[in-house]
Amino acid sequence: MGTREPLLRPTPAGLWCEPGGFYVDPWQPVERAVLTHAHADHARPGSAAYLATAPSLPILRRRLGPDARLESIAYGEVRRIGDVDVSLHPAGHVLGSAQLRIAHQGEVWVVSGDYKRAPDPTCAAFEPVPCDTFVTEATFGLPIYRWEPPERTAAEILAWWDTTRAAGRPAVLFAYALGKAQRILAELARLTDREVYLHGAIAPIVDIYREAGVAMLPTRLVADAPAGHRFAGDLVLATPGSQGSPWMKRFPGAETALASGWMRVRGTRRRHSVDRGFVLSDHADWPALLDTVAASGAERILVTHGSTEPLVRWLCERGLDARTLPTAWEGEGDVIVETPTAGAPG
Amino acid sequence: MRRFADLYEAIDQTTSTNRKVEAMVAWFRAADPADAAWALWFLTGNRIKRLVPTRELRSAAVAASGYPEWMLAESYAAVGDLAETLALLVDSLADDEGDLPLHVWMARVVTLPTLDAAEREAALRRWWAALPRRERYVFNKLLTGAFRVGVSHTLVVRALAEVAGVPAATLAHRLMGSWAPTAEAWRGLLGEEQGTEDLSRPYPFFLASPLEGEPASLGDPAAWLAEWKWDGIRAQVIRREGTIAVWSRGEELVTDRFPEVATAAARLPSGTVLDGELMAWRGEAPLPFADLQTRIGRKKLDKRVLDAVPVALVAFDVLEADGVDLRERPLSERRARLAEIVAPLAPAVRLSEEVRAPDWEGLATHRQGARELGVEGLLLKRRDSAYGVGRPRGPWWKWKVAPLTMDGVLVYAQAGHGKRAGLYTDYTFAVWQDGALLPVAKAYSGLTNVEIEELDRWIRRHTVEKFGPVRSLEPVHVFEIAFEGIAPSPRHKSGVAVRFPRILRWRRDKAAADADTLASLQALLRVQA
Ligand SMILES: [Zn+2]
Ligand SMILES: [Zn+2]
Repeated sequence: MGTREPLLRPTPAGLWCEPGGFYVDPWQPVERAVLTHAHADHARPGSAAYLATAPSLPILRRRLGPDARLESIAYGEVRRIGDVDVSLHPAGHVLGSAQLRIAHQGEVWVVSGDYKRAPDPTCAAFEPVPCDTFVTEATFGLPIYRWEPPERTAAEILAWWDTTRAAGRPAVLFAYALGKAQRILAELARLTDREVYLHGAIAPIVDIYREAGVAMLPTRLVADAPAGHRFAGDLVLATPGSQGSPWMKRFPGAETALASGWMRVRGTRRRHSVDRGFVLSDHADWPALLDTVAASGAERILVTHGSTEPLVRWLCERGLDARTLPTAWEGEGDVIVETPTAGAPG
Repeated sequence: MRRFADLYEAIDQTTSTNRKVEAMVAWFRAADPADAAWALWFLTGNRIKRLVPTRELRSAAVAASGYPEWMLAESYAAVGDLAETLALLVDSLADDEGDLPLHVWMARVVTLPTLDAAEREAALRRWWAALPRRERYVFNKLLTGAFRVGVSHTLVVRALAEVAGVPAATLAHRLMGSWAPTAEAWRGLLGEEQGTEDLSRPYPFFLASPLEGEPASLGDPAAWLAEWKWDGIRAQVIRREGTIAVWSRGEELVTDRFPEVATAAARLPSGTVLDGELMAWRGEAPLPFADLQTRIGRKKLDKRVLDAVPVALVAFDVLEADGVDLRERPLSERRARLAEIVAPLAPAVRLSEEVRAPDWEGLATHRQGARELGVEGLLLKRRDSAYGVGRPRGPWWKWKVAPLTMDGVLVYAQAGHGKRAGLYTDYTFAVWQDGALLPVAKAYSGLTNVEIEELDRWIRRHTVEKFGPVRSLEPVHVFEIAFEGIAPSPRHKSGVAVRFPRILRWRRDKAAADADTLASLQALLRVQA
């Protein structure tokens, strides 16, 4: 297929599918966008029309505004757009997250979007989709990133909460408003039934997850706490952006923690000046990246979003045709960008 | 090793200094003395030098992990700490040996230098396989010697004083000097009475805090003693019975490095401890710090070296005289005593002269002339102040001259370490000469976290070339760099070396073309000379 035009190519507005006439997760406003999921770096406002999975629609509505033209599609349902057949398949990243499959004249491309392989009670599990060209994310594309089973991390979080309870201190856990916070609430619901306080930016997404049938711990807004309540022994879920803000004054003597894959590295945790770092990620770790690349059966791998160079080199040394695909999806560094509803995924 | 990893984790998992102290107190109370001695030894910054060459550690990790050297390098760039990188990459499976206490591990570790390279690699791989990741990480920290866990010496002393039930100052004194990490040493540290005090033991150094505001806020100038802030090596000189010792502030015994000072010290009465600054000094004037550095760099101190760069102790305090601890006496009294003691010892020991002026304006004028004299500014000490411990704010201030500055263009970046791991935070700055940019300074600090992250993203997108971990960058951003001094340096391509460079601010208002030239730095050189 050497002479064939690539099905997707990077343009200033985003990844462009010529025969389909649409962009994938474009970073500038376009005519027609197909979205893998609702995180800020993938779902940007301003495009004329969007196609996304049904479960991601309520979150996208919040992000893109009441007037956005949103169309939904079920997982696995095939839709003809222009000259190509597209379908969305579970990516296991957050509620409604998908991989995009594009078929054109017998050739199949899959864009992974963000994905993970670890079990997550809040969203449909990743399904490998065979393809010729696989566009994979590589947020954690180094072998130092390996995740423990999430139930073990959940037990660590609970043990930390128990310690702060015993010491009569608030425990403030920073987690991304979309995905991570709900996953923590769902994992903890298997271990306890205590109530958790929420930052105002997290609560609406928790409501959406609840409507979607995800079982989580009972929650209450920090703003609804009785006057003078000092949150001693409480667990508070907060957005990473609230760290160091005046809002934190409500929790005197608090111990703080951050839940993110970046917490695997001690220096990163220390830079964020939190007491504890819980390694919990909604992205694939190094072994999962390699497994997923292998499971795709693809002969060409395009790597984007994160530590692309080591993964590309590793795959090339194993005889695969792997390259870096430049995109504007944030994956490099561990910059915490905060918006009212969701942040850059970690 | 499990209990020691618990200690590391307990200290590491809180940002509150009180909780760190609580964790240490609880741990030391319950610890086996042999383990406690080693733990304390590491917490106070000691290390075993040259246990394993870094090159061998890396190749053992490559062999044990199955990842190639380049992957180790990429991972190290993201982690910023070799011990941690190795612990993350080498994935141990079995922990069949059971847990062994720290001192048993250390007994093994200290044998490493006696093995040949192949045996060493085999030992490392066997031990890594026997340790779970958390313990493996702490173990690697002991091997690489970079054992920093975010507790200052002061905090360790505070915790230990609580365990021992003695005042912190007493414990700090007991910890000074060298001691071996043994159960006996531990018992000695905690003991009520110490049988034979080590005759060479120095006192904890008392330090001045930087004065940020105007000195008028300090009140009546007559209550203060002003002296030059010499730019040398802070040291204590001790004469007790037949023992003569010169200690640097880094708690290194440097007696052999300064024979002229040691010889003069032999003429001190027994039971004397002086505090001062070791300076390269000829006749009536100090030589530049760079000269002192060259002398320190010399392995052999023959006559030629000693003649080329003579050294003197500029003494500014006496802490012990006739075997009596004078630290609680007022400074004015100590200074009077000091003047008598050092008078006969010139030129190797000289009294730090008092800088006199009728008022603060007069002192400010003196301070302005500091750079021409080769000093960093003035020290202001309350005449009634005791010689304390550490760096409390109040009794002693350093009132430095404003730093020199230049505008440099960011030309190279390298990933940082520790807190800055995975971010490009080690910067090289250049100035113009004949239309080319010449690197003149490296700086690591001075930007806010937000600026660091913004710059990191920019660096990744505007890299011209990569040389291993270093990226050369498009010459776009200009930064104002402050530095304490400048000296000619044949080792640098620019021909100059700046001291203590740091970033003052990001000059977003300036373009690369507006940065300074080498000629303007050379002009500063002439002012200093
Ligand atoms: Zn993303
Ligand atoms: Zn995402």
